[in-house]
Amino acid sequence: MSDLKIETPVSGPRIGESAPRPDGVPKVNGSFAFSSDLWHKNMLWGGTLRSPFPSARITRLDITEALLIDGVQAVLTHEDVPGQNLYGLEHADQPVMAEEIIRYEGEPVAIVAADHPEIVRRALNAIQVEYEEMAPLTDPELAEETDFIHPDGNLIRRINLRHGDQEVQGEIQVEGIYEVGMQDQAFLGLESGLAVPGEDGGVDLYISTQWLHADRSQVASCLGLEEERVRITLAGVGGAFGAREDLSLHVHLCMLAMRTNRAVKMIYSREESFHGHVHRHPAKMWYRHHADSKGNLLRVEAKVLLDGGAYASSSGAVIANATCFAAGPYRIPSADIEGVVVRTNNPPCGAMRGFGAVQTCVGHEAQMDKLASALNMDPVEIRIKNALKPGDKLLTGQTITGTAPVAEVIQTCAEHTSTYQESTDPMSLPGGAGRTADPEHISRGEAIAVGFKNLMFSEGFDDFSSALCQLENGVATITCACAEVGQGFVTLAQQITREILGVEEVILAPAATQTVGSAGSTSASRQTWMSGGAVQKACEEVRVKLLEKLAVEHQVDIDNLVLVDGQVTSLNEDFTISLEEATSEPLEARVEYRHAPTFPLDENGQGDAHVSFAFSAHKAVVDVDPELGLVKVVELITSQDVGRLLNPLQAVGQLEGGAAQGLGLAVMEEVLVTEGNIRNASFTDYLIPTALDMPPVEIAAIIEQPEPGAPFGAKGIGEPPSISSTAAVVAAIREATDLELPRVPVRFTDIVSVEED
Amino acid sequence: MSNDFYTLKVNGENHQVLDAWTGESLLWVLRERLGFPGAKNACEEGECGSCSVRIDEEIVCSCLVLAGSAIDQEITTIEGLAPEGELGDVQQAFIEAGAVQCGFCTPGLLVTIDHLLEENQNPDDLTVREAISGNLCRCTGYGRILEAVQIAAASRRGENHE
Repeated sequence: MSDLKIETPVSGPRIGESAPRPDGVPKVNGSFAFSSDLWHKNMLWGGTLRSPFPSARITRLDITEALLIDGVQAVLTHEDVPGQNLYGLEHADQPVMAEEIIRYEGEPVAIVAADHPEIVRRALNAIQVEYEEMAPLTDPELAEETDFIHPDGNLIRRINLRHGDQEVQGEIQVEGIYEVGMQDQAFLGLESGLAVPGEDGGVDLYISTQWLHADRSQVASCLGLEEERVRITLAGVGGAFGAREDLSLHVHLCMLAMRTNRAVKMIYSREESFHGHVHRHPAKMWYRHHADSKGNLLRVEAKVLLDGGAYASSSGAVIANATCFAAGPYRIPSADIEGVVVRTNNPPCGAMRGFGAVQTCVGHEAQMDKLASALNMDPVEIRIKNALKPGDKLLTGQTITGTAPVAEVIQTCAEHTSTYQESTDPMSLPGGAGRTADPEHISRGEAIAVGFKNLMFSEGFDDFSSALCQLENGVATITCACAEVGQGFVTLAQQITREILGVEEVILAPAATQTVGSAGSTSASRQTWMSGGAVQKACEEVRVKLLEKLAVEHQVDIDNLVLVDGQVTSLNEDFTISLEEATSEPLEARVEYRHAPTFPLDENGQGDAHVSFAFSAHKAVVDVDPELGLVKVVELITSQDVGRLLNPLQAVGQLEGGAAQGLGLAVMEEVLVTEGNIRNASFTDYLIPTALDMPPVEIAAIIEQPEPGAPFGAKGIGEPPSISSTAAVVAAIREATDLELPRVPVRFTDIVSVEED
Repeated sequence: MSNDFYTLKVNGENHQVLDAWTGESLLWVLRERLGFPGAKNACEEGECGSCSVRIDEEIVCSCLVLAGSAIDQEITTIEGLAPEGELGDVQQAFIEAGAVQCGFCTPGLLVTIDHLLEENQNPDDLTVREAISGNLCRCTGYGRILEAVQIAAASRRGENHE
């Protein structure tokens, strides 16, 4: 039905153009309503009491004194949870509030609603809790041999991937152990929201999230309500990067609103936010690579251990990625990869941009450099020699049927001639504003890394998005529950609609659970493909309905109808009607869009588990002062596989922003956890790159090879920039220092040898 | 609580702050009492710059300023950067350059950059980086923001940015 050849008019930016963001003006004039900006008449403020211990038993919990404080309207504990006191993305294993056992520092114990945030604070202080501290399980390597800290056990998931001939041995073998620290998403918009009690006994929740409908099913289950009575609307989201895929204050807000029968607003502090969302899994990885004397990869053995922290979150999917993509975008005939994620009393870990592929990229790229060194080969040459290409098999046995321009991203990135002009200002030296580095001592390093991951959800998950398109009086309205978190889906949705319907004005209805079906998660680089696909399909159905209607009403040949400049015109008959007139009666289409099916991994980690893959390469140039251990990343160069470029300006924003997060993980970002306690839960102590830390990102190439099966041939582009950037920066520091540096983030003490007495 | 009040001059207009607790930060008073939610609250400890406003000729983190100490001073927030319904040059440049993603850091950056360009219409790259190094952005990696500053600077110099 959609094979009609239709020309579209030129009104408003379409696919391939740098359309401006529809939310740009409110975001620059201060009127855009983030979830922390919401206000309701007569509203209360909420707050959360959290455990100071990572492992403990609650022996007494007394809320009496808190309730007596003037202005306190409710103090609730686990006893007040109306439904199931458990939630979770993949497994419901995390309590809304602790019942008896505390499993991580910051676990919620009680919640309060009061007239003013200061009264909330006083009430939280007045709640009396006595804890019996227990020894926390903090070493993931001991998790499986330690007594269960949760009824579901300490092993969250183990995958034993075996591929090809297990007897293969390489003439050249290199081995290494690598570690990646715990990274925080550090979005700027803190967890916040507003819950309003509904007249039907339900609740309306306005919140920052990545996945409205997954929130709804979890919230409804915890509240003991039918899903229809929990209505969740997306409020303005101040960044996400994975940290909003799990619930945080959702159920707490709803409970307080329903108990007090008043609207309740809650905002986490930055410190609370560090305890209130999942982080990127810390990883320990062992690798052994086998190659022949010409540098052909023969076999990779690896063990990847991720610390899942206290609750499962999306750990099962993260370890699947870490395992499937453990060896990087290379052709490898034989592999034995063990991926394990365990439960500990450390902070819970889950989704963060790159989702398992970031950690293993640090490992496999260090191994590729070691191999190049052992073979006396150029690091670029060995990568290109082994680069995956269409038709090759992954470690899972899956054949790549789509595009895989791996050699292209490596080659263009490696060969790029930088236009960067070196600064001679001392501010540009390692140490920056401290101006401590001596230019004479600076050592420069340069290195390349390449990475990849899957797009969309894998392993047989029923992954879909929904959209509603309405066309009336020449104006299109798109309703889709895709969470706009800053990535620019709202811009793409307008571009797609203009492209297909030829309309100029495209209204985007609020993203909400009550008006449209699930769009799935804004994660896994999936919304351009999935919700983009849903919007495309809905618009195409409306277009066909319109043309069929006109063909019948006006007795014209449908095959000759075209949409040009806001008009529908027949190519060979005397017929023209404006789109506005033609749609005086509304037309609409409501659709679900699914990607090609995927399948579970078998007992050997084999199977067609993934849909599509995106690849990127980074070259990093760094200056190091080896005496002071200071590092300045001078420049990043990148090439990325995008399928097809839909909005060049937004794409640049993703490539630059993702690289900044990768740089952060390489040289400065780590949630420091000692005995289960976070030591740096603030922006004073958890550092993210500033404008002085972040070098220019030069884009060597955006590789456009349209992906078969993808709407408009476009791949998601959000995650790859965060995957290969970390590995490239640490490799460049190795080049500059001749140190092994097996751990990220690289600390100054890793560079400066500290003599111990 | 009493019927006491103090007056803050925000974006050229006087506003009475009634029955306020003296411990309230300027950020809180602007956002929750006076209806200026543009200044943001990403850390409330003076590290992120998202709450940046201008007091007289200085850019401050409004989370670290006691509201009561800002009387008799000119406070400028993002809402006062351009007449209502219009966009200032830096705001326009942010949209053009793609400097806005989630937008949470945007108001603080705009206030900071507007002030920078008032003092220096021809800032070099490093000067801009230093000037905005107290404003954290997690989405953009700063590239498009730096581009926007140069576009706005050129327009203040009466040139077209290339």
